[in-house]
Amino acid sequence: MKWVLLAIMVLATAASDLLQSYEMKRVGEQAVGARGLSRLLRMMVERRYLLLSIACLAFSFFAFMALVQSAPLSFAVPASASSFILETVLAKVLLKEQIGARRAAGSLLVLAGVVLLGR
Amino acid sequence: MVVLIPCDFVPSFSKTTRTYLLLALFLALRAFGNLSLAWGAKHLPETLAANPLVYLRAMLDPCIAFGIVMLIVALLVRLALLSVADLSFILPMTAIGYVLAAVLGRFFLHEAVSPQRWLAVALIFAGAALVSSTPQTTAGKMESAK
Repeated sequence: MKWVLLAIMVLATAASDLLQSYEMKRVGEQAVGARGLSRLLRMMVERRYLLLSIACLAFSFFAFMALVQSAPLSFAVPASASSFILETVLAKVLLKEQIGARRAAGSLLVLAGVVLLGR
Repeated sequence: MVVLIPCDFVPSFSKTTRTYLLLALFLALRAFGNLSLAWGAKHLPETLAANPLVYLRAMLDPCIAFGIVMLIVALLVRLALLSVADLSFILPMTAIGYVLAAVLGRFFLHEAVSPQRWLAVALIFAGAALVSSTPQTTAGKMESAK
């Protein structure tokens, strides 16, 4: 059961982030003053991809909650860090981000740190 | 609170500076939002059970409500962050939030930090530093080529 919940969580997190990144790259630079924030809020409910990303986020949140209820936190946190790898790979494949040796190495170091922190 | 954020009024910041300001703002909002949420939840008279009504009533608690507002603003700031930088750039950078959570937990909840955890913190900072030396947007090249 915990593997099913983990899979739901990782896939939902990745889907949410990819949708957000895709849509925000299209929209262009946004500011975060009072006006910018209300604009972003409006965007979130008007744009289909962003709305879908929030639904995915809710899915991943409830899956994580269910996961920490049945499995220990020392499993849940490092295991959920695997979404990190999936997302970076998908960002390269789907969003065409260029991930050079330096960014890949840095990401792996961070991943190692997060897994170690969660143990 | 929102009015204090100067990003709308200071267009002279370079793109890089703005990215790091957004990053710092996001990390602070998420860390303190979670802390406020946890603080409020710990001081609730009733335990959060399967009953959804209890959750609704919990949202009336000022600490919890403030935490939720901060987390919603954090989400919006992250969207702005995604509008100026790659996902594969932001992911490792925001992992610094794990470090922040550990530090805040130690400060407010008096948790001990083992040598293993310090090693983890060092790895995360080293990785984030390495990623920060890469260009923050790479997919934009595709757009300009069109």
